[in-house]
Amino acid sequence: MTQIEPQNQLTLDLSRKHKIEGSQATARQTAELLRSVISQQRVPYTNQAGALIDAVKAIGEQLIAANPVELAVGNIVRRVLHIIREEDLSLTTAAIGGLNLSAVSDDENDDDRDGDSTLSAAAVAAAARSTLRPPSLQTLLEDTPVSAAVPQTSSSGGDSEGKSKSADKSSRSRKLKHDVIEAVNELIQDIVTCHEQIAEQAVEHIHQNEVILTLGSSRTVLEFLFAAKEKKRSFRVFVAEGAPRYQGHLLAKELVARGLQTTLITDSAVFAMISRVNMVIVGAHAVMANGGVIAPVGMNLVALAAQKHAVPFVVLAGSHKLCPLYPHNPEVLLNELRSPSELLDFGEFSDCMDFGSGSGSPLLHVVNPAFDYVPPKLVSLFITDAGGHNPSYMYRLIADYYSADDLVVQRRATAGN
Amino acid sequence: MDARRVSQVVPKVRQVGFVTHSDPNPPPQASRAQSVPIESNSGTPSDSPDFSPVMIPPPRHHSENLSHLRSAAVAVPESSSRRPMWDDRVAVVGSYNPGNSLLGQPVSPNSSEVNSEASTTLGWFGRNSSGKFSAGSSFPGGGFDLTTVKMENFTQLEGKKPEAVPERGGGAAVEVHNEVSSSTAKAKTTKAERRAMQEAQRAAKAATKGKGGGGGVEVNNRESSSNTLKAKTTKAERRETQEAQRAAKAAGKAQGNKPVAAAGGAGPGNILRQPSQNRDDPAVGSTIAGSDRRGGDRPPERERKKDVPPPRMQFDDQGRVNKSKKRAVFNQPEAKNRVELFRHLPQYEHGSQLTDLESKFLELDSMHPAVYKVGVQYLAGDVTGGNARCIAMLRAFQEVINDYSTPPGKTLVRDLTAKISSYVSFLIECRPLSMSMGNAIRFQKSRIAKLPLTLSETEAKAALCNDIDRFINEKIILADKVIVRHAATKVRDGDVLLTYGSSCVVEMILLYAHELGKQFRVVVVDSRPKHEGQALLRRLLAKGLSCTYTHINAVSYIMHEVTRVFLGASSVLSNGTTYSRVGTACVAMVAHAFRVPVLICCEAYKFHERVQLDSICSNELGMLVLVLVR
Repeated sequence: MTQIEPQNQLTLDLSRKHKIEGSQATARQTAELLRSVISQQRVPYTNQAGALIDAVKAIGEQLIAANPVELAVGNIVRRVLHIIREEDLSLTTAAIGGLNLSAVSDDENDDDRDGDSTLSAAAVAAAARSTLRPPSLQTLLEDTPVSAAVPQTSSSGGDSEGKSKSADKSSRSRKLKHDVIEAVNELIQDIVTCHEQIAEQAVEHIHQNEVILTLGSSRTVLEFLFAAKEKKRSFRVFVAEGAPRYQGHLLAKELVARGLQTTLITDSAVFAMISRVNMVIVGAHAVMANGGVIAPVGMNLVALAAQKHAVPFVVLAGSHKLCPLYPHNPEVLLNELRSPSELLDFGEFSDCMDFGSGSGSPLLHVVNPAFDYVPPKLVSLFITDAGGHNPSYMYRLIADYYSADDLVVQRRATAGN
Repeated sequence: MDARRVSQVVPKVRQVGFVTHSDPNPPPQASRAQSVPIESNSGTPSDSPDFSPVMIPPPRHHSENLSHLRSAAVAVPESSSRRPMWDDRVAVVGSYNPGNSLLGQPVSPNSSEVNSEASTTLGWFGRNSSGKFSAGSSFPGGGFDLTTVKMENFTQLEGKKPEAVPERGGGAAVEVHNEVSSSTAKAKTTKAERRAMQEAQRAAKAATKGKGGGGGVEVNNRESSSNTLKAKTTKAERRETQEAQRAAKAAGKAQGNKPVAAAGGAGPGNILRQPSQNRDDPAVGSTIAGSDRRGGDRPPERERKKDVPPPRMQFDDQGRVNKSKKRAVFNQPEAKNRVELFRHLPQYEHGSQLTDLESKFLELDSMHPAVYKVGVQYLAGDVTGGNARCIAMLRAFQEVINDYSTPPGKTLVRDLTAKISSYVSFLIECRPLSMSMGNAIRFQKSRIAKLPLTLSETEAKAALCNDIDRFINEKIILADKVIVRHAATKVRDGDVLLTYGSSCVVEMILLYAHELGKQFRVVVVDSRPKHEGQALLRRLLAKGLSCTYTHINAVSYIMHEVTRVFLGASSVLSNGTTYSRVGTACVAMVAHAFRVPVLICCEAYKFHERVQLDSICSNELGMLVLVLVR
């Protein structure tokens, strides 16, 4: 643990001081940190997965506590935990499969029954979880029964090697760590390339001569728009500047640099312009399990205006932004209040903000929240790197990425400590 | 019907003012004194005050009145045919009384109340208590032309009061008035009248070439109207004859179209009648009369169309743009990257106009310095806000009128109107007019058009300046006071009031409610590029109000705790939409989403008959630079 301390500390600092901008960077760094945690973790002879999970949880708890509003951190921690569990499970099932294959190579129903009767509780739990998992489109098309199909898919990663080396326990422990690191690398790769995967879908959504409205700045949106432009679609983009940070200015500059017909508008003009807009495409800070969106402040306004004018409100979100939690009072609990200096010049109003004068409470309060919560009913479509989804489908998507055991990271971790 | 009768009394009482006023007056007013009774003779004058000078919701009333007139014109004498019509209107006035009582003020709009009014020697603003009750009705019902009517009644009294009070006791006033009017009506068979009669008969003959009934009406009109011609300006007379003949001809041509002639005949009469009212008491001027006059020689369909506001200039119409550019006082460089969506709106490169305009100051010898100054203020953004801009413009026009002298060979009415029009187009160049200013200009022009030809130049100028004063006082200042009082009743202890930008009415409401000792908190929502809310915030804080400041994007965050939203408006359009500072709709929408009541505070003079579905069809574009630079 001591070796990773400096790195850990670094991330904490970054989280606290908002030196990392954007959930993508946060997610990537978190994943990288966890990868190094895993690689440096000494794995005990037995229960390697448990040891890894505990280590990741301990770090994850600190990371989440460092910036509870940055949900991407928690998401990544949970996904790494999920990866560890999955890899462990796949190794176990592979081992079982190997045993079964060597012992009795009957049809698969017998195989499962044998597993149930003879083997460890972990396998039982894994089987139970896999049967709990609802069918996806892919499994629907393959006409194999779900209960039988799942073990195969989940063990796809290490299946071929697992069979041959399953007997060797020391190699198996190395195997687990190795597999986990592989998977985390994949995750990092996913995070890095999520823009491209989302942008690939742009041509399906943006058509000739359309007018697109967006708010603030989001790299995903930028790539999305640009992908459509590259496919020779000509369309116009309205960019609302996104007070108080005015990142829309940056986005507008980028879009213009890439040759898109761009109009920058003030946030107050959103309602005025939306009557001529065909589609609102925005990025998100996080997507909650109920399909609600935590987004830069002002998004609720845009979403309401879009709904008022029946304009589709499309949210682009990489899968690292999917948060398995259900929001409660998100406007307050998942928000953060930024400095008033972004809105007002302290010099002019310093006398009014003084707590010491008069009755002890200042006359002037300045409210500068960083995020808005957009309820799912205002969202028409989510576009993630896994395709387009309805808000009500989000919980299902989340079940693919997270295991139910990890939803609450903190409590488990504190109990462990 | 009670209400109807009650309010019917009001206009009569108003005339008390005339009578008593003219009585003690020295010679210059002599003609006025005579003209007054004639008004009552003709039947219209006692009613005409029902119209506000602004004629804000005019189209409907106009066309109704006109068509009514025309259809009735066939055989019945005009005055009697008009009566029922007027009664209807009056009834409406009465029906709004409940609205008044909403304000918690007992309404007794009959003579007794008015008399008490008259006997008090309060200043203009001391009068607000009474003025308020009348104007207050505009809130609940929105029958706001009526409110102006009522206000006029009071204001007239005020104007007259100094003389009126010592002269007569209020109770007697009504009767006195009636007597006087009737007697004086009989008394007047002057030379002018005779001459006018002749003309009228001539005109009638011409008219009857084509048809039967209309002619009779004409003669009637003629008689009543020509009475006022006491001081005959021969030119005016000649014009009148011409007009009448033209009208008659038109009538003859359009055979089936009897009403035309009737209207034509009625028109000039109204002109002449108007003057006396104008001078005595400008607010009385019936807008109907005005439109009658103008539309007298036109077929009715066109007349009706005229009430519809002309389509706005579309700036993607290249031909018209070029034409207007030729007329422009200073050149407005067109924006290089025009926004496609706003092609129909003027898009200029801002920044250079001010220097350009300043450099042209000496060349613009036709421009009045006051107007120039206001124009520069608009351009530089020193004067903003519907009310402030409107007042600034009217004050400038006041100076224009004061400094005006009719050039030889021209008439004041035409020349001054043209002058004002040129000034207005200059102001439009500086910054597009607000709806309120459009209304004020319409009012101003109609005042000028209805100036009695009998007036000397100085008198006319005084009357016009007086008109402007009254407009500012009644339609803006007094209206604001009424709004403030009424809106303050909507503020309860513990409220959290949200406002957006900086509306002067809303500010007054907040301050007034604070003065009343109500405990509430204010949320000031602001937005780029103007950050008007900061100025408001500073003023509110200076008065000790507890404020929360935020930007428009955070409005859905703050809306949870808000209990009421107060918004100002630039205009309320006739389809019920509100035209206001950009972002107001966002705030209202979010408030709606959070089930928070939204109150729009708007003076009635800002109402406009245009309709608009969204903010793009017509708008004013600000400086592009402001968006880019923070």
